[in-house]
Amino acid sequence: MRTTWVIGKREFAAYFGSPLAYVVTSIFLFLLGLFFFFGVFHQDVGWPFYVRKVASLDNLFNGSQLLFLFLVPAITMRLFAEERRSGTLELLTTLPVRDIEVVLGKYFAAFAYLLVVLALTAVYPIYVATLGRLDWGAVAAGYVGLALVGLGYLAIGVFASSLTQHQVVAFVVALVVALPFFFLHKVSFLFGPGVGNVLEFLAFRPHFDGIARGVLDSSHILYFLGVAAIFVFLAHRLVGGRRWR
Amino acid sequence: MAGTETMVTARDVTKYYGLHRAVDRISFDLHSGEVLGFLGPNGAGKTTTMKMLTCFLAPTAGSIKVKGHDVSEEPLRVRQMMGYLPENAPLYPDMTVMGFLRFCAEVRGITGRERDLRVGRSAEQCGIADRMRDPIGILSKGLRQRVGLAQAILPDPEILILDEPTSGLDPNQIVEIRGIVRELGRTKTVILSTHILSEVELTCRRAIIVNQGRIVADAPLEELRGQLREERRRYLFAVGAGSSGVVPGEAEVRERLRAM
Ligand SMILES: Nc1ncnc2c1ncn2[C@@H]1O[C@H](COP(=O)(O)OP(=O)(O)O)[C@@H](O)[C@H]1O
Ligand SMILES: [Mg+2]
Repeated sequence: MRTTWVIGKREFAAYFGSPLAYVVTSIFLFLLGLFFFFGVFHQDVGWPFYVRKVASLDNLFNGSQLLFLFLVPAITMRLFAEERRSGTLELLTTLPVRDIEVVLGKYFAAFAYLLVVLALTAVYPIYVATLGRLDWGAVAAGYVGLALVGLGYLAIGVFASSLTQHQVVAFVVALVVALPFFFLHKVSFLFGPGVGNVLEFLAFRPHFDGIARGVLDSSHILYFLGVAAIFVFLAHRLVGGRRWR
Repeated sequence: MAGTETMVTARDVTKYYGLHRAVDRISFDLHSGEVLGFLGPNGAGKTTTMKMLTCFLAPTAGSIKVKGHDVSEEPLRVRQMMGYLPENAPLYPDMTVMGFLRFCAEVRGITGRERDLRVGRSAEQCGIADRMRDPIGILSKGLRQRVGLAQAILPDPEILILDEPTSGLDPNQIVEIRGIVRELGRTKTVILSTHILSEVELTCRRAIIVNQGRIVADAPLEELRGQLREERRRYLFAVGAGSSGVVPGEAEVRERLRAM
Protein backbone atom coordinates (compact mmCIF):
# COMPACT_ATOMS: atom_id res chain seq x y z
CA MET A 1 0.00 0.00 0.00
CA ARG A 2 2.78 2.39 0.96
CA THR A 3 4.67 1.49 -2.21
CA THR A 4 1.54 2.14 -4.26
CA TRP A 5 1.39 5.59 -2.70
CA VAL A 6 5.07 6.33 -3.44
CA ILE A 7 4.74 5.23 -7.06
CA GLY A 8 1.45 7.07 -7.46
CA LYS A 9 2.92 10.27 -6.06
CA ARG A 10 5.77 10.22 -8.56
CA GLU A 11 3.44 9.50 -11.44
CA PHE A 12 1.02 12.24 -10.41
CA ALA A 13 3.85 14.77 -10.17
CA ALA A 14 5.04 13.71 -13.64
CA TYR A 15 1.77 15.02 -15.13
CA PHE A 16 2.61 18.51 -14.03
CA GLY A 17 6.02 18.34 -15.69
CA SER A 18 4.51 17.18 -18.96
CA PRO A 19 3.65 19.75 -21.66
CA LEU A 20 1.40 17.15 -23.28
CA ALA A 21 -0.79 16.97 -20.19
CA TYR A 22 -1.27 20.74 -20.26
CA VAL A 23 -2.10 20.73 -23.95
CA VAL A 24 -4.56 17.85 -23.66
CA THR A 25 -6.21 19.37 -20.59
CA SER A 26 -6.55 22.75 -22.29
CA ILE A 27 -8.14 21.20 -25.37
CA PHE A 28 -10.51 19.23 -23.17
CA LEU A 29 -11.58 22.32 -21.26
CA PHE A 30 -11.96 24.35 -24.44
CA LEU A 31 -14.11 21.75 -26.19
CA LEU A 32 -16.10 21.22 -23.03
CA GLY A 33 -16.77 24.97 -22.99
CA LEU A 34 -18.15 24.73 -26.51
CA PHE A 35 -20.36 21.82 -25.53
CA PHE A 36 -21.53 23.64 -22.47
CA PHE A 37 -22.56 26.87 -24.16
CA PHE A 38 -23.59 25.69 -27.58
CA GLY A 39 -24.38 22.05 -27.03
CA VAL A 40 -24.53 19.77 -30.00
CA PHE A 41 -27.76 19.13 -31.77
CA HIS A 42 -27.86 15.57 -30.84
CA GLN A 43 -30.08 13.75 -28.47
CA ASP A 44 -27.28 12.73 -26.17
CA VAL A 45 -25.54 16.03 -25.90
CA GLY A 46 -28.46 18.36 -25.68
CA TRP A 47 -29.51 21.77 -26.83
CA PRO A 48 -27.53 24.96 -26.54
CA PHE A 49 -27.40 26.36 -23.08
CA TYR A 50 -28.88 29.70 -24.16
CA VAL A 51 -31.80 28.03 -25.93
CA ARG A 52 -32.80 25.82 -23.03
CA LYS A 53 -32.62 28.55 -20.42
CA VAL A 54 -32.62 25.92 -17.69
CA ALA A 55 -30.16 25.90 -14.85
CA SER A 56 -28.86 22.48 -15.77
CA LEU A 57 -25.47 20.90 -16.26
CA ASP A 58 -26.62 18.21 -18.68
CA ASN A 59 -24.43 19.62 -21.43
CA LEU A 60 -21.43 19.51 -19.14
CA PHE A 61 -21.93 15.91 -18.11
CA ASN A 62 -22.81 14.74 -21.61
CA GLY A 63 -19.90 16.56 -23.19
CA SER A 64 -17.47 15.29 -20.57
CA GLN A 65 -18.34 11.69 -21.26
CA LEU A 66 -17.83 12.11 -24.97
CA LEU A 67 -14.55 13.94 -24.47
CA PHE A 68 -13.34 11.35 -21.93
CA LEU A 69 -13.01 8.98 -24.90
CA PHE A 70 -10.05 11.10 -26.00
CA LEU A 71 -8.92 12.71 -22.77
CA VAL A 72 -8.52 9.49 -20.82
CA PRO A 73 -6.39 7.60 -23.37
CA ALA A 74 -4.20 10.71 -23.62
CA ILE A 75 -3.77 10.67 -19.85
CA THR A 76 -3.01 6.96 -19.62
CA MET A 77 -1.08 6.22 -22.83
CA ARG A 78 2.22 7.20 -21.27
CA LEU A 79 1.97 5.16 -18.09
CA PHE A 80 3.51 1.86 -19.16
CA ALA A 81 4.36 2.40 -22.82
CA GLU A 82 6.89 5.10 -22.02
CA GLU A 83 8.51 3.01 -19.30
CA ARG A 84 8.78 0.07 -21.65
CA ARG A 85 10.31 2.19 -24.38
CA SER A 86 12.89 3.85 -22.16
CA GLY A 87 13.67 0.73 -20.13
CA THR A 88 12.71 2.26 -16.79
CA LEU A 89 10.09 -0.46 -16.34
CA GLU A 90 13.00 -2.80 -15.70
CA LEU A 91 14.45 -0.43 -13.14
CA LEU A 92 11.10 0.01 -11.42
CA THR A 93 10.03 -3.62 -11.37
CA THR A 94 13.40 -4.88 -10.13
CA LEU A 95 13.01 -2.76 -7.04
CA PRO A 96 11.34 -4.75 -4.27
CA VAL A 97 7.78 -3.94 -5.42
CA ARG A 98 4.85 -6.08 -6.45
CA ASP A 99 3.60 -5.65 -10.00
CA ILE A 100 0.13 -4.87 -8.68
CA GLU A 101 1.56 -2.01 -6.62
CA VAL A 102 3.07 -0.54 -9.76
CA VAL A 103 -0.18 -0.91 -11.71
CA LEU A 104 -2.36 0.53 -8.95
CA GLY A 105 0.07 3.38 -8.26
CA LYS A 106 -0.12 4.46 -11.88
CA TYR A 107 -3.87 3.93 -12.07
CA PHE A 108 -4.57 6.03 -8.99
CA ALA A 109 -2.20 8.74 -10.19
CA ALA A 110 -4.11 8.97 -13.48
CA PHE A 111 -7.38 9.08 -11.54
CA ALA A 112 -6.07 11.85 -9.31
CA TYR A 113 -5.08 13.82 -12.40
CA LEU A 114 -8.54 13.31 -13.91
CA LEU A 115 -10.05 14.61 -10.67
CA VAL A 116 -7.90 17.73 -11.00
CA VAL A 117 -9.25 18.25 -14.52
CA LEU A 118 -12.80 17.73 -13.27
CA ALA A 119 -12.19 20.21 -10.47
CA LEU A 120 -11.32 22.79 -13.13
CA THR A 121 -14.76 22.33 -14.66
CA ALA A 122 -16.32 23.56 -11.40
CA VAL A 123 -16.46 27.02 -12.99
CA TYR A 124 -19.55 25.86 -14.90
CA PRO A 125 -21.76 24.93 -11.94
CA ILE A 126 -20.64 28.12 -10.21
CA TYR A 127 -21.54 30.11 -13.30
CA VAL A 128 -24.92 28.39 -13.66
CA ALA A 129 -25.64 28.98 -9.98
CA THR A 130 -25.37 32.72 -10.58
CA LEU A 131 -28.11 32.47 -13.23
CA GLY A 132 -30.72 30.44 -11.43
CA ARG A 133 -31.43 27.94 -8.75
CA LEU A 134 -29.06 25.05 -9.11
CA ASP A 135 -29.72 21.68 -7.53
CA TRP A 136 -26.35 21.07 -5.89
CA GLY A 137 -27.32 17.53 -5.02
CA ALA A 138 -27.73 16.74 -8.71
CA VAL A 139 -24.41 18.42 -9.45
CA ALA A 140 -22.66 16.29 -6.87
CA ALA A 141 -24.33 13.13 -8.17
CA GLY A 142 -23.29 14.02 -11.71
CA TYR A 143 -19.68 14.48 -10.68
CA VAL A 144 -19.67 11.20 -8.78
CA GLY A 145 -20.98 9.59 -11.95
CA LEU A 146 -18.29 11.24 -14.05
CA ALA A 147 -15.59 10.09 -11.65
CA LEU A 148 -16.87 6.52 -11.90
CA VAL A 149 -17.05 6.68 -15.70
CA GLY A 150 -13.49 8.00 -15.53
CA LEU A 151 -12.39 5.05 -13.38
CA GLY A 152 -13.73 2.70 -16.04
CA TYR A 153 -12.07 4.41 -18.98
CA LEU A 154 -8.82 4.91 -17.05
CA ALA A 155 -8.56 1.20 -16.33
CA ILE A 156 -9.02 0.51 -20.04
CA GLY A 157 -6.28 3.08 -20.75
CA VAL A 158 -3.86 1.54 -18.26
CA PHE A 159 -4.51 -1.86 -19.81
CA ALA A 160 -3.84 -0.49 -23.31
CA SER A 161 -0.65 1.18 -22.17
CA SER A 162 0.66 -2.04 -20.64
CA LEU A 163 0.34 -3.77 -24.03
CA THR A 164 2.92 -1.81 -25.96
CA GLN A 165 5.92 0.45 -25.94
CA HIS A 166 4.31 2.90 -28.36
CA GLN A 167 2.18 5.61 -26.84
CA VAL A 168 0.23 6.13 -30.05
CA VAL A 169 -0.71 2.46 -30.13
CA ALA A 170 -1.73 2.68 -26.48
CA PHE A 171 -3.94 5.68 -27.28
CA VAL A 172 -5.64 4.02 -30.23
CA VAL A 173 -6.19 0.71 -28.42
CA ALA A 174 -7.65 2.52 -25.42
CA LEU A 175 -10.01 4.46 -27.66
CA VAL A 176 -11.10 1.39 -29.60
CA VAL A 177 -11.70 -0.69 -26.47
CA ALA A 178 -13.54 2.19 -24.80
CA LEU A 179 -15.86 2.88 -27.74
CA PRO A 180 -18.29 -0.03 -27.20
CA PHE A 181 -18.73 1.03 -23.60
CA PHE A 182 -19.63 4.47 -24.91
CA PHE A 183 -22.31 3.57 -27.42
CA LEU A 184 -23.55 -0.02 -26.98
CA HIS A 185 -26.77 1.12 -25.30
CA LYS A 186 -27.64 3.05 -28.47
CA VAL A 187 -27.55 -0.01 -30.69
CA SER A 188 -29.19 -2.37 -28.21
CA PHE A 189 -32.55 -1.91 -29.95
CA LEU A 190 -31.11 -3.63 -33.02
CA PHE A 191 -30.96 -6.88 -31.13
CA GLY A 192 -33.55 -8.93 -29.37
CA PRO A 193 -34.47 -8.20 -25.79
CA GLY A 194 -31.92 -10.73 -24.49
CA VAL A 195 -28.81 -9.46 -26.25
CA GLY A 196 -30.18 -5.94 -26.14
CA ASN A 197 -30.36 -6.02 -22.37
CA VAL A 198 -26.83 -7.29 -22.12
CA LEU A 199 -25.59 -4.49 -24.35
CA GLU A 200 -27.57 -2.01 -22.33
CA PHE A 201 -25.98 -3.37 -19.20
CA LEU A 202 -22.45 -3.23 -20.66
CA ALA A 203 -22.62 0.42 -21.70
CA PHE A 204 -21.46 3.08 -19.26
CA ARG A 205 -24.22 5.53 -20.02
CA PRO A 206 -27.23 3.83 -18.40
CA HIS A 207 -25.20 3.34 -15.22
CA PHE A 208 -24.10 6.95 -15.27
CA ASP A 209 -27.70 8.05 -15.67
CA GLY A 210 -28.70 5.91 -12.72
CA ILE A 211 -26.09 7.54 -10.53
CA ALA A 212 -26.74 11.05 -11.86
CA ARG A 213 -30.43 10.74 -11.06
CA GLY A 214 -29.28 10.49 -7.50
CA VAL A 215 -30.71 7.04 -7.01
CA LEU A 216 -28.27 5.55 -4.58
CA ASP A 217 -28.19 2.18 -6.23
CA SER A 218 -24.96 0.41 -5.41
CA SER A 219 -25.26 -1.87 -8.44
CA HIS A 220 -24.24 1.02 -10.74
CA ILE A 221 -21.23 1.78 -8.59
CA LEU A 222 -20.31 -1.89 -8.45
CA TYR A 223 -20.61 -2.06 -12.23
CA PHE A 224 -17.95 0.61 -12.73
CA LEU A 225 -15.69 -0.86 -10.07
CA GLY A 226 -16.10 -4.26 -11.73
CA VAL A 227 -15.10 -2.97 -15.17
CA ALA A 228 -12.15 -1.19 -13.58
CA ALA A 229 -11.07 -4.31 -11.70
CA ILE A 230 -11.16 -6.44 -14.85
CA PHE A 231 -8.91 -4.11 -16.85
CA VAL A 232 -6.56 -3.43 -13.95
CA PHE A 233 -6.23 -7.17 -13.53
CA LEU A 234 -5.45 -7.59 -17.24
CA ALA A 235 -2.85 -4.82 -17.04
CA HIS A 236 -1.31 -6.56 -14.06
CA ARG A 237 -1.06 -9.81 -15.99
CA LEU A 238 0.56 -8.04 -18.93
CA VAL A 239 3.11 -6.23 -16.79
CA GLY A 240 4.05 -9.42 -14.96
CA GLY A 241 3.70 -11.56 -18.07
CA ARG A 242 7.25 -10.97 -19.29
CA ARG A 243 8.38 -13.49 -16.66
CA TRP A 244 6.58 -16.34 -18.31
CA ARG A 245 7.37 -15.60 -21.90
CA MET B 1 39.05 -11.62 0.79
CA ALA B 2 36.10 -13.64 -0.50
CA GLY B 3 34.01 -15.00 2.33
CA THR B 4 32.60 -18.46 2.50
CA GLU B 5 28.93 -17.60 2.48
CA THR B 6 27.30 -18.49 -0.82
CA MET B 7 25.38 -15.49 -2.12
CA VAL B 8 24.21 -16.75 -5.51
CA THR B 9 23.73 -20.30 -6.72
CA ALA B 10 22.87 -20.69 -10.38
CA ARG B 11 22.19 -24.21 -11.67
CA ASP B 12 21.70 -25.06 -15.34
CA VAL B 13 20.00 -21.76 -15.98
CA THR B 14 18.52 -21.63 -19.46
CA LYS B 15 16.54 -18.92 -21.17
CA TYR B 16 14.73 -19.13 -24.46
CA TYR B 17 13.28 -16.14 -26.28
CA GLY B 18 10.76 -17.99 -28.37
CA LEU B 19 12.92 -20.57 -30.11
CA HIS B 20 16.13 -18.62 -29.64
CA ARG B 21 18.30 -19.90 -26.79
CA ALA B 22 19.92 -16.82 -25.25
CA VAL B 23 21.32 -18.54 -22.15
CA ASP B 24 22.30 -22.18 -22.17
CA ARG B 25 22.71 -24.19 -18.95
CA ILE B 26 24.75 -21.68 -17.00
CA SER B 27 25.90 -22.75 -13.54
CA PHE B 28 28.04 -20.86 -11.08
CA ASP B 29 28.37 -20.00 -7.40
CA LEU B 30 29.12 -16.58 -6.08
CA HIS B 31 30.52 -16.13 -2.58
CA SER B 32 30.27 -13.07 -0.40
CA GLY B 33 32.89 -10.45 -1.10
CA GLU B 34 33.61 -11.72 -4.60
CA VAL B 35 33.80 -9.32 -7.51
CA LEU B 36 32.77 -11.30 -10.55
CA GLY B 37 33.18 -10.13 -14.10
CA PHE B 38 30.76 -11.52 -16.67
CA LEU B 39 32.74 -11.18 -19.85
CA GLY B 40 31.54 -11.88 -23.36
CA PRO B 41 30.83 -10.39 -26.77
CA ASN B 42 27.56 -8.69 -27.62
CA GLY B 43 24.70 -11.16 -27.73
CA ALA B 44 26.46 -13.63 -25.44
CA GLY B 45 23.58 -13.60 -22.98
CA LYS B 46 25.04 -11.37 -20.26
CA THR B 47 22.08 -9.01 -20.01
CA THR B 48 19.62 -11.87 -20.09
CA THR B 49 21.47 -13.49 -17.19
CA MET B 50 21.41 -10.24 -15.19
CA LYS B 51 17.68 -9.91 -15.83
CA MET B 52 17.10 -13.38 -14.47
CA LEU B 53 19.24 -12.71 -11.41
CA THR B 54 17.14 -9.65 -10.63
CA CYS B 55 13.85 -11.50 -11.21
CA PHE B 56 12.90 -9.40 -14.21
CA LEU B 57 12.77 -12.48 -16.40
CA ALA B 58 12.06 -16.00 -15.26
CA PRO B 59 14.48 -18.71 -16.41
CA THR B 60 12.98 -21.15 -18.89
CA ALA B 61 14.74 -23.92 -16.99
CA GLY B 62 17.15 -24.28 -14.12
CA SER B 63 17.22 -22.46 -10.83
CA ILE B 64 18.76 -19.37 -9.31
CA LYS B 65 18.94 -18.97 -5.56
CA VAL B 66 20.10 -15.87 -3.77
CA LYS B 67 21.12 -16.69 -0.21
CA GLY B 68 18.86 -19.70 -0.46
CA HIS B 69 15.85 -17.79 -1.80
CA ASP B 70 14.62 -18.88 -5.21
CA VAL B 71 14.18 -16.00 -7.66
CA SER B 72 10.91 -17.41 -8.98
CA GLU B 73 9.39 -18.10 -5.58
CA GLU B 74 10.54 -15.14 -3.50
CA PRO B 75 11.30 -12.36 -5.96
CA LEU B 76 10.62 -9.60 -3.43
CA ARG B 77 12.97 -11.09 -0.84
CA VAL B 78 15.66 -11.50 -3.49
CA ARG B 79 15.30 -7.96 -4.81
CA GLN B 80 15.54 -6.53 -1.32
CA MET B 81 19.07 -7.89 -1.15
CA MET B 82 20.09 -6.47 -4.50
CA GLY B 83 21.08 -3.23 -6.08
CA TYR B 84 20.79 -3.30 -9.86
CA LEU B 85 22.07 -1.04 -12.57
CA PRO B 86 20.36 -2.15 -15.79
CA GLU B 87 22.14 -1.82 -19.13
CA ASN B 88 22.25 1.82 -20.34
CA ALA B 89 21.06 3.07 -16.92
CA PRO B 90 17.40 3.77 -17.73
CA LEU B 91 16.21 6.70 -15.59
CA TYR B 92 13.31 9.13 -15.48
CA PRO B 93 14.55 12.16 -17.45
CA ASP B 94 11.97 14.55 -16.01
CA MET B 95 13.03 13.95 -12.40
CA THR B 96 15.86 15.70 -10.64
CA VAL B 97 18.72 13.56 -9.36
CA MET B 98 17.56 14.23 -5.82
CA GLY B 99 13.92 13.46 -6.61
CA PHE B 100 14.87 10.23 -8.34
CA LEU B 101 17.13 8.95 -5.57
CA ARG B 102 14.53 9.84 -2.94
CA PHE B 103 11.92 8.00 -4.97
CA CYS B 104 14.06 4.87 -5.16
CA ALA B 105 14.68 5.05 -1.42
CA GLU B 106 11.00 5.45 -0.61
CA VAL B 107 9.96 2.59 -2.85
CA ARG B 108 12.30 0.48 -0.75
CA GLY B 109 10.67 1.73 2.41
CA ILE B 110 13.51 4.04 3.41
CA THR B 111 11.97 7.31 4.57
CA GLY B 112 12.56 10.48 6.54
CA ARG B 113 16.04 11.31 7.78
CA GLU B 114 17.35 7.86 6.98
CA ARG B 115 16.34 8.48 3.36
CA ASP B 116 18.12 11.82 3.15
CA LEU B 117 21.17 10.38 4.82
CA ARG B 118 21.46 7.52 2.35
CA VAL B 119 20.67 9.65 -0.67
CA GLY B 120 23.41 12.06 0.39
CA ARG B 121 25.90 9.30 1.08
CA SER B 122 25.40 7.39 -2.17
CA ALA B 123 25.43 10.61 -4.21
CA GLU B 124 28.69 11.55 -2.51
CA GLN B 125 30.15 8.14 -3.24
CA CYS B 126 29.23 8.38 -6.92
CA GLY B 127 30.39 11.95 -7.27
CA ILE B 128 27.05 13.56 -8.10
CA ALA B 129 26.46 15.45 -4.87
CA ASP B 130 26.76 18.77 -6.71
CA ARG B 131 24.21 17.80 -9.39
CA MET B 132 21.32 16.94 -7.11
CA ARG B 133 18.99 19.65 -8.39
CA ASP B 134 19.60 18.99 -12.10
CA PRO B 135 16.95 17.19 -14.12
CA ILE B 136 18.35 13.81 -15.14
CA GLY B 137 17.44 14.52 -18.77
CA ILE B 138 20.13 17.19 -19.12
CA LEU B 139 22.96 15.08 -17.68
CA SER B 140 25.73 13.52 -19.76
CA LYS B 141 25.79 9.76 -20.25
CA GLY B 142 28.57 9.45 -17.69
CA LEU B 143 26.65 11.36 -15.06
CA ARG B 144 23.50 9.37 -15.75
CA GLN B 145 25.48 6.20 -15.25
CA ARG B 146 26.56 7.54 -11.88
CA VAL B 147 22.99 8.33 -10.94
CA GLY B 148 22.08 4.75 -11.84
CA LEU B 149 24.97 3.52 -9.74
CA ALA B 150 23.95 5.74 -6.82
CA GLN B 151 20.46 4.27 -7.05
CA ALA B 152 21.90 0.75 -6.96
CA ILE B 153 24.07 1.27 -3.88
CA LEU B 154 21.57 3.43 -2.02
CA PRO B 155 19.92 0.62 -0.02
CA ASP B 156 23.37 -0.68 0.94
CA PRO B 157 22.55 -4.00 -0.76
CA GLU B 158 24.44 -7.20 -0.12
CA ILE B 159 24.76 -7.85 -3.83
CA LEU B 160 25.37 -5.36 -6.60
CA ILE B 161 24.55 -6.24 -10.18
CA LEU B 162 25.95 -3.88 -12.79
CA ASP B 163 25.20 -4.46 -16.46
CA GLU B 164 27.86 -2.86 -18.65
CA PRO B 165 28.44 0.06 -16.29
CA THR B 166 30.95 1.73 -18.63
CA SER B 167 29.56 1.05 -22.09
CA GLY B 168 29.05 4.14 -24.21
CA LEU B 169 31.16 6.37 -21.99
CA ASP B 170 34.20 8.39 -23.00
CA PRO B 171 37.64 7.35 -21.66
CA ASN B 172 37.66 9.77 -18.74
CA GLN B 173 34.22 8.72 -17.62
CA ILE B 174 35.22 5.07 -17.92
CA VAL B 175 38.17 5.59 -15.61
CA GLU B 176 35.96 7.35 -13.08
CA ILE B 177 33.24 4.70 -13.09
CA ARG B 178 35.81 1.93 -12.81
CA GLY B 179 37.28 3.70 -9.80
CA ILE B 180 33.88 3.78 -8.13
CA VAL B 181 33.22 0.13 -8.93
CA ARG B 182 36.62 -0.91 -7.57
CA GLU B 183 35.88 1.01 -4.40
CA LEU B 184 32.50 -0.70 -4.05
CA GLY B 185 34.14 -4.08 -4.62
CA ARG B 186 36.10 -3.70 -1.39
CA THR B 187 32.98 -4.10 0.72
CA LYS B 188 30.35 -5.74 -1.47
CA THR B 189 29.59 -8.77 -3.54
CA VAL B 190 29.51 -7.55 -7.11
CA ILE B 191 28.55 -9.02 -10.47
CA LEU B 192 29.52 -6.86 -13.37
CA SER B 193 29.01 -7.57 -17.05
CA THR B 194 31.14 -6.22 -19.85
CA HIS B 195 32.41 -6.99 -23.31
CA ILE B 196 35.76 -5.35 -22.59
CA LEU B 197 38.55 -7.56 -21.30
CA SER B 198 40.53 -4.80 -19.63
CA GLU B 199 37.48 -3.81 -17.65
CA VAL B 200 37.44 -7.19 -15.97
CA GLU B 201 41.17 -6.98 -15.46
CA LEU B 202 40.91 -3.64 -13.75
CA THR B 203 37.90 -4.20 -11.56
CA CYS B 204 37.29 -7.88 -10.92
CA ARG B 205 38.88 -10.73 -9.05
CA ARG B 206 37.15 -13.50 -10.90
CA ALA B 207 35.88 -13.76 -14.44
CA ILE B 208 33.27 -15.87 -16.14
CA ILE B 209 33.64 -15.78 -19.88
CA VAL B 210 30.42 -16.41 -21.78
CA ASN B 211 29.83 -16.95 -25.45
CA GLN B 212 26.59 -17.81 -27.25
CA GLY B 213 24.85 -18.34 -23.95
CA ARG B 214 27.42 -20.74 -22.53
CA ILE B 215 30.15 -20.42 -19.95
CA VAL B 216 33.48 -21.04 -21.67
CA ALA B 217 35.76 -20.16 -18.76
CA ASP B 218 35.39 -19.48 -15.04
CA ALA B 219 38.61 -18.58 -13.32
CA PRO B 220 40.20 -16.25 -10.78
CA LEU B 221 41.66 -13.24 -12.49
CA GLU B 222 45.23 -14.10 -11.52
CA GLU B 223 45.00 -17.14 -13.76
CA LEU B 224 43.58 -15.19 -16.63
CA ARG B 225 46.07 -12.45 -16.06
CA GLY B 226 48.90 -14.97 -15.98
CA GLN B 227 47.84 -16.27 -19.37
CA LEU B 228 47.68 -12.78 -20.74
CA ARG B 229 51.05 -11.83 -19.33
CA GLU B 230 52.51 -14.92 -20.91
CA GLU B 231 51.11 -13.99 -24.26
CA ARG B 232 52.53 -10.51 -24.02
CA ARG B 233 55.95 -11.79 -23.08
CA ARG B 234 56.00 -14.09 -26.04
CA TYR B 235 54.88 -11.26 -28.23
CA LEU B 236 57.60 -8.95 -26.94
CA PHE B 237 60.22 -11.61 -27.37
CA ALA B 238 59.07 -12.08 -30.91
CA VAL B 239 59.46 -8.41 -31.73
CA GLY B 240 62.73 -8.24 -29.84
CA ALA B 241 61.60 -5.71 -27.29
CA GLY B 242 63.64 -7.25 -24.49
CA SER B 243 66.76 -5.30 -25.51
CA SER B 244 68.95 -6.68 -22.76
CA GLY B 245 67.64 -10.14 -23.30
CA VAL B 246 65.71 -9.80 -20.06
CA VAL B 247 61.97 -10.13 -20.22
CA PRO B 248 60.53 -6.77 -19.22
CA GLY B 249 58.28 -6.55 -16.16
CA GLU B 250 54.54 -6.31 -16.47
CA ALA B 251 54.50 -2.57 -15.90
CA GLU B 252 57.03 -2.06 -18.61
CA VAL B 253 55.09 -4.28 -20.99
CA ARG B 254 51.98 -2.29 -20.34
CA GLU B 255 53.91 0.88 -20.95
CA ARG B 256 55.32 -0.40 -24.20
CA LEU B 257 52.00 -1.75 -25.37
CA ARG B 258 50.38 1.57 -24.64
CA ALA B 259 53.08 3.35 -26.60
CA MET B 260 52.53 1.15 -29.63
N1 LIG C 1 13.70 -9.50 -25.58
C1 LIG C 1 14.35 -10.32 -26.44
N2 LIG C 1 13.66 -11.02 -27.36
C2 LIG C 1 14.30 -11.85 -28.21
N3 LIG C 1 15.62 -12.05 -28.22
C3 LIG C 1 16.36 -11.38 -27.34
C4 LIG C 1 15.77 -10.48 -26.40
N4 LIG C 1 16.75 -9.95 -25.64
C5 LIG C 1 17.90 -10.51 -26.08
N5 LIG C 1 17.68 -11.36 -27.10
C6 LIG C 1 18.70 -12.17 -27.80
O1 LIG C 1 19.30 -12.99 -26.84
C7 LIG C 1 20.71 -13.04 -27.04
C8 LIG C 1 21.42 -12.58 -25.78
O2 LIG C 1 21.18 -11.20 -25.60
P1 LIG C 1 21.75 -10.40 -24.36
O3 LIG C 1 21.46 -11.14 -23.13
O4 LIG C 1 21.23 -9.02 -24.46
O5 LIG C 1 23.32 -10.41 -24.66
P2 LIG C 1 24.48 -9.47 -24.11
O6 LIG C 1 23.97 -8.68 -22.98
O7 LIG C 1 25.56 -10.42 -23.73
O8 LIG C 1 24.89 -8.59 -25.26
C9 LIG C 1 21.00 -12.18 -28.26
O9 LIG C 1 21.11 -13.05 -29.36
C10 LIG C 1 19.80 -11.31 -28.38
O10 LIG C 1 19.56 -10.99 -29.72
MG1 LIG D 1 23.96 -6.64 -22.74
